[in-house]
Amino acid sequence: MRPVIPYVVAALLFGAGVYGVLRRRNAVLVLMAVELMLNAVNLILVTADTTVRGTLPHGGQVFALFVIVLAAAEVGVGLAIVLQLYRLRSSVAVDTVRLDAAPASELDEPRLVRE
Amino acid sequence: MTGADVLLLALGAVAVGSGVLVVTTDQLVRAGLYLVVCLGAIAGLYLVLTAELVAWVQVLIYVGAVVVLLLFAVMLTRAPIGRSPDLNRPGLPAVLIGGGAGLGLAVLFADAFRFTKVDLPSPGNAEAIGTELFRSWVLPFEVLSVLLLAALVGAIIVSRPDIGSRP
Repeated sequence: MRPVIPYVVAALLFGAGVYGVLRRRNAVLVLMAVELMLNAVNLILVTADTTVRGTLPHGGQVFALFVIVLAAAEVGVGLAIVLQLYRLRSSVAVDTVRLDAAPASELDEPRLVRE
Repeated sequence: MTGADVLLLALGAVAVGSGVLVVTTDQLVRAGLYLVVCLGAIAGLYLVLTAELVAWVQVLIYVGAVVVLLLFAVMLTRAPIGRSPDLNRPGLPAVLIGGGAGLGLAVLFADAFRFTKVDLPSPGNAEAIGTELFRSWVLPFEVLSVLLLAALVGAIIVSRPDIGSRP
């Protein structure tokens, strides 16, 4: 087994993920690209686990499992934020969110009545 | 070229190809389905690399749960079926940075490992992983369970406007 193959695959996947995060406007697609990057990191961890003998056996695979759990939590919270953004703005385009504006509740929120 | 090398090359080509399609396709739902192909190919890579527990966890959690969540989000945000012309931002900086990161890392790895060969360890390691997880990594494991609980509560509070983020 030549370890260069999975390493290069992981590097190219990471590049595709970076490209997707910078290129996409739709927030759900940005999350998909983030998943690609996390998977590239996982692939590197597992490959390193099989090719390098560390002091703790199977540390790489344990870390890969941890990263998978973290990714699941990240997707849960990320999708909650995306759905809330859609509820407030009727759009999930990330480049139309004004970071310097007042909170969305004071700008355009016809459904919720403020006291 | 051994059999493992051929398998790694084929699965890696599938993974990279469908990964590039995920970030370039014009259709939202197809991006999710290409993501399934990509994650499945990565699970196959894990199997070839003798990480069978990670491979099955990948299939269960990524292909089973995360992709379903993403497709739910695609549907809940009323994404159109078919081509969407407004999915992308200007591409030049993304191509520069993404291509630079990917190709740069690839050259770095290729230069570091050249064509060295490594013997694969014997497969069938779920028991070894479990032993290691509960012997050396117990504290991170428990902290991770607390983090999952916090993420669950946070997702509920963020997504319910009547209990979250309102004074």
